[in-house]
Amino acid sequence: MPEATATIRLEVLRYRPEEDTEPVWQSYEVPLRRDWMVLDGLNYVKDSLDGSLSYRWACRMGVCGSCGMMVNGKPTLTCASYLAALAPGPVRVEPLRGFPIVRDLVIDLREFLDKLKSVKPWLLRDEEPPLAAGEHLQTPEQLAEYKPYSMCINCMLCYAACPIYALEPGFVGPAAIALAQRYNFDSRDQGAAERLEILSQHEGIWACTFVGECSAVCPKGVDPAGAIQRYKVAATAAWWRSVLMPWGAR
Amino acid sequence: MPRPREPFFWALFSSGGMIAALVLPALALWLWVARPLGWVAGPTGPELAALLAPPLLRLCLFVLIALALFHWAHRFRYTLYDGLQLAHLYGLIASICYGGATLLTAFAAWALWHLPRLP
Amino acid sequence: MNPAYRPYHPKWHRERMPIFWWLGQLSYIKFIVRELTSLAVGYAAVLLVAEVCALDRGAAAHARFLRFLAAPPVLAFHLLVCAALLFHTVTWLNLAPKALVLRVGGRRLPDGAVVAGHYLAWVLASGAVVWWLRGGL
Repeated sequence: MPEATATIRLEVLRYRPEEDTEPVWQSYEVPLRRDWMVLDGLNYVKDSLDGSLSYRWACRMGVCGSCGMMVNGKPTLTCASYLAALAPGPVRVEPLRGFPIVRDLVIDLREFLDKLKSVKPWLLRDEEPPLAAGEHLQTPEQLAEYKPYSMCINCMLCYAACPIYALEPGFVGPAAIALAQRYNFDSRDQGAAERLEILSQHEGIWACTFVGECSAVCPKGVDPAGAIQRYKVAATAAWWRSVLMPWGAR
Repeated sequence: MPRPREPFFWALFSSGGMIAALVLPALALWLWVARPLGWVAGPTGPELAALLAPPLLRLCLFVLIALALFHWAHRFRYTLYDGLQLAHLYGLIASICYGGATLLTAFAAWALWHLPRLP
Repeated sequence: MNPAYRPYHPKWHRERMPIFWWLGQLSYIKFIVRELTSLAVGYAAVLLVAEVCALDRGAAAHARFLRFLAAPPVLAFHLLVCAALLFHTVTWLNLAPKALVLRVGGRRLPDGAVVAGHYLAWVLASGAVVWWLRGGL
C-alpha cells in the first residue's frame, strides 16, 4: 500500500543482561504513518527490523495498562501517543523510570504488585450480611465518591513520574494509595481503619511531598495526588482522635 | 499506631502552611517593605508595644511564629531528603529542623512574655 | 558478554537517581522552588521574633532594628522574601481543593468554589492584619 515514504527515528534504550552491563541506545527508522502510535512503531521494529526487541503491550487501546514507557522523557502509554505528533523526531523510548529493567523496555513489576497487595485493595467487611439480605445497594452519589479512583489501570505511569518513588524505596506510591482510597470511599467497605494501620507508617503516605506529577501523567484521570492528600488529612484527623479521645471506637 | 510522629508533624506543617499563606504576605509587605519605605507611618516601637499589649494578641503572634517555624521544619526536612538525597541522615536532619524550630519557638515565647508593660 | 551474567539469574539494571534530578524538567523545578518557599516562611517567623526582641530591649534597640530594615540590601532581600511568601500563598491556596473535598447535598463542591473560598479567606485575613497594624483593635 503506497504511503508517503516519510520515516521517523525511534531511539530505543536496549538492555540485554547477557550482553550488556549498561543500557545502550539503538536507533530504528520506522515509517511515519499518520495514524500510527509509538506502539505501532515498536511493533514495526519487532516485525521487520529487529525481532530481539522486548516490550509489553496488549489491548493497544489504553485500557490494559501494559504499554507504559518513557517517550521523550515523559511517562506515556505508547498505544495512545501519536508518532506524527512527535515528528520530526527522533523519539526517545525508554523503560518506565524507577523500576528495575529486566530486558529492553520490560521492567520488573513485583515491588509494585507487593505494595498494591499490602494496602488490601478489596472490600473488607467486619461481618458479611446473609445472602437472603440481598445485594449491597449503592446510590449514584455513593458510587461517585470512589469512581474516579476505580478507573486506575495499573499502568504505573504515576510511579515513573513520581521522583519520591525513585528516591524512597519504601514509598507505597500513587496508584496503590489511590486504590486504597477507592475502597476506603466505597460505602460497602469497612476496612478503612485496617488500611490506615498499614499506610500510616512513615513510608506509606508521608514520604509524598505533593509534587503532583502523578496526577499530571495519569491517562485515566484518577488524580492519585488528590487521593494521597485526602488520605493525609484523614490519617492526621484519625491520629488526633486517637490521642484526644482514646476511649472512642475507631 | 506505629511511628506516631508523622501525623503530628504533618498537622503542624499543614496548619502552619495555611496560617502563613493567609497572614504572612500582608504582614511582611506592611512591616518590612511599606514601613521602611515610608509608605505607611507605623507601627513604631511604642505603637507596636501597644498593639501587643493584650495577652490574646501576644498569643496570636506566638501561634503564628510557632506554626510557621514548624511548617518550615517539616517541609525543609523533606526538601533535604529529596532534593539533596540526604535521607540517610534522617536523625540528624530531623533533630536540626524540629530541634531548631522548638528552640526558636521557646525563645519567641520568652520574648513575647517579656514585652515591656505599657505605663 | 556481560561477565556478571548467570543463566536464570540475570542482572537487572537499576538506574540511580541523579542528585539534581529536579533540574530535569520544568515541573520538577517549579516543585523545588515551591518547596523552598518554606525558607521564606521560617525566615519571616525569625524576623518577627527579632522585632519582638528589639522591642524587649527598649526604644533605642527598636529604632536600630527599623534602620536595619530600611538599609537598601536588606530591603531588596525582603522584597524577595515577600515574593516568596506570595508564591507560597498562591501555590498553597490553589492546591487546597486537592486536600479538601466537601460534599453539599450529595454533590461534590467544585474545585473553583473551594479555591475561591480560600482566596476570600486570604483577603479577609489580610484585611484583619492591616486593621490590627493600623491600631484598629
